[in-house]
Amino acid sequence: MLRLLARGSGHHGLTEIADSLGLARGTAHGILRTLQRVEFVEQDPGTGRYRLGAALLHLGTSYLDANELRSRSINWADTLAARSGQEVRIGMHHDGAVLVVHHVFRPDDSVQTLGIGAMLPLHATALGKVLLAYDPDLSAAARKRELTSLTRRTITRAQMLERVLTEVRGQGWAGEAEEYMPGEASIAAPIRIPGGLVIGAIGISGAADRLCDSAGRPRATLVRQVVQAAESVTTSLVDEN
Amino acid sequence: MQRFVMAIDQGTTSTRCIVFDQNARLVAVAQREHRQYHPRPGWVEQDAVEIWRNVDRIVPQALRQAGISAEQVVAMGITNQRETFVLWDRHTGVPVGRAIVWEDIRTEDLVTELGRKQGIEEVRDRCGLPLATYFSAPSLRWMLDNVAGLRAKAERGDVLFGTMDTWLIWNLTGGVNGGLHVTDVTNASRTMLMNLSTRQWDPMLLEFFGVPPVILPEIRPSTEISGVTTRVVPGISITAALGDQHAALFGQTCFEKGSIKGTYGTGGFLLMNTGTELVRSKHGLLTTIGYQIGGEPAYALEGSIAVAGSLVQWFRDNLGLIHSAPEIETLARTVKDNGGCYIVPAFSGLFAPHWLSQARGLVVGLTSYINKGHLARAVLEATGWQTREVVDAMNADLGAPTPVLKVDGGMTADHLLMQFLADVLDIPVMRPLVAETVSLGAAYAAGLAAGYWPDLEGLRRNWHLAARWNPAMDAQHREDEYANWKRAVELTFAWARSTPST
Repeated sequence: MLRLLARGSGHHGLTEIADSLGLARGTAHGILRTLQRVEFVEQDPGTGRYRLGAALLHLGTSYLDANELRSRSINWADTLAARSGQEVRIGMHHDGAVLVVHHVFRPDDSVQTLGIGAMLPLHATALGKVLLAYDPDLSAAARKRELTSLTRRTITRAQMLERVLTEVRGQGWAGEAEEYMPGEASIAAPIRIPGGLVIGAIGISGAADRLCDSAGRPRATLVRQVVQAAESVTTSLVDEN
Repeated sequence: MQRFVMAIDQGTTSTRCIVFDQNARLVAVAQREHRQYHPRPGWVEQDAVEIWRNVDRIVPQALRQAGISAEQVVAMGITNQRETFVLWDRHTGVPVGRAIVWEDIRTEDLVTELGRKQGIEEVRDRCGLPLATYFSAPSLRWMLDNVAGLRAKAERGDVLFGTMDTWLIWNLTGGVNGGLHVTDVTNASRTMLMNLSTRQWDPMLLEFFGVPPVILPEIRPSTEISGVTTRVVPGISITAALGDQHAALFGQTCFEKGSIKGTYGTGGFLLMNTGTELVRSKHGLLTTIGYQIGGEPAYALEGSIAVAGSLVQWFRDNLGLIHSAPEIETLARTVKDNGGCYIVPAFSGLFAPHWLSQARGLVVGLTSYINKGHLARAVLEATGWQTREVVDAMNADLGAPTPVLKVDGGMTADHLLMQFLADVLDIPVMRPLVAETVSLGAAYAAGLAAGYWPDLEGLRRNWHLAARWNPAMDAQHREDEYANWKRAVELTFAWARSTPST
């Protein structure tokens, strides 16, 4: 179907597409809807005809511009900071680390430093674990490298990391307590582009005793807020595209 | 039952409905864009009916998103793009043509002509504004002169005038069936028809612009709108209205004399609260009403930058060098500086502090070395330097340097621009936790009127710092760059002089 649209005029109606490819109209329509959702195909609002979508041009390069992600998620990151009372970061993978693309201060009006552009370790932060969990190439590469020990609790064994990442995929969020810095913890959840691909993570960080319960597990309320924020950002990426 | 406040932000490119809770946290956002019409060079119009229909869709959508009912909304505040206005038939509710937008420069010649008229100094004294295409009165005069039969209809009282707040309130409160025809002082202060001291329509100004008083809405304090919706979602109290920039000043809790906020969207808008004192600028700023809660207004000085975010849009749509506006930052970061290139975006003339409507934009400093990354830098830096010019003027009028700049608006997501602002102003730039300060300001005013929040102090406690950029630029470098920018601006004056007005 994409090859057909890439040929000739590049504009085809539904019947035309179905007939050319020998598909039932319902089937062709279903495929077109799917392709439209991931922006491989777009429909001319005037004529109703289909053509190739802008997303195809970027296929294989970068999935979503970091500054675009910040711009789209700023309201939801603010809301998460307001609800949780913690500082918020949005991270994307860059060069074997988490690149912080957005940072919202903890809303207690204390003196804080803006951390946009900072790099965080993948294996020792909640943001990083999310990015690893949903990127097989990245986690394979991480397993081959030495996992630097930052605190007493940093995961340094590849097998252990793999187990944790499986858990992250299972529950849809990642947590970390004192694995990056003593006394600090973080919680993060995945941000997806249309089609489901995880391109970033949003999370909170703060004092371990605030983020975790007495058993050292991330507090359920906070987890819910983080997951909700991630879903809101994900939805906004669908909406506005 | 938990209760909420709703704001409708009728902006230049889109209309939004935002729901806030008592801690000023954003609960839901619904938004719809409307079309911009450019029927001739320099003309900018919008369809007021399309905007009304958008409101009709987004209000129920926001309620659904928040999962609440209309009874849980204690008050609604309206905020809007200022100066943009529409005329409509009182009996049918049908607009007379399209709304004329603040960016429209069709009245260039008319403004020149009016500028030679007797009494022009008096006009500025009474309304606080310089004569420019930007404000409503010249465009209103243009319509009355150019639409066949309109003046006669207007004089008979068959036509109503309204800025977008007035249009929406009239429609929400019943339209042809008893809709309220009101506006607030801040919106009225942008028409050139209101006297700043009396805060009423001024007979001399109406005479000067040839506007029949019968078409004008009643002017009320910002928090005394007192309407109830009968359409869209019936039964919600509309308690406040403010122009968008005034709402942002309020939302940023700039309640003290001397505090400044900058809103960065399509244009850039800086407002400084001057307290109960009406300050007349000696440095090219406008005098306006900040807001009016109860009897006493807070006055403000304003410096507007016509082109800020719209320069990024131009870079995206007209040059096609980026796919989305935020990518400008990515492109700008491919180079380390502007490479000696400056862009002065005087697309519709220069606003504060120059006020030269004939000026046109330019790109200077081009060499074979310059690439699109340098151009992207120059695009962002243009907003920084224009801000510097306005803040310099404010500091001069106030007689004391401002300690910080509070920022809001879509462009605050641009990290590079925010750092550049701190660098060129040499003061910290602070972003509050709720970036939507325009909507928040309208919600604050509405909630204050309804007793949802007790007082200004209660609102101030809701302001939290989300990000702060500290100045880091070398002082000598800053002054050299500023000097280059000023030279570039001067060149636009020279260009204006060399071309006959068209």
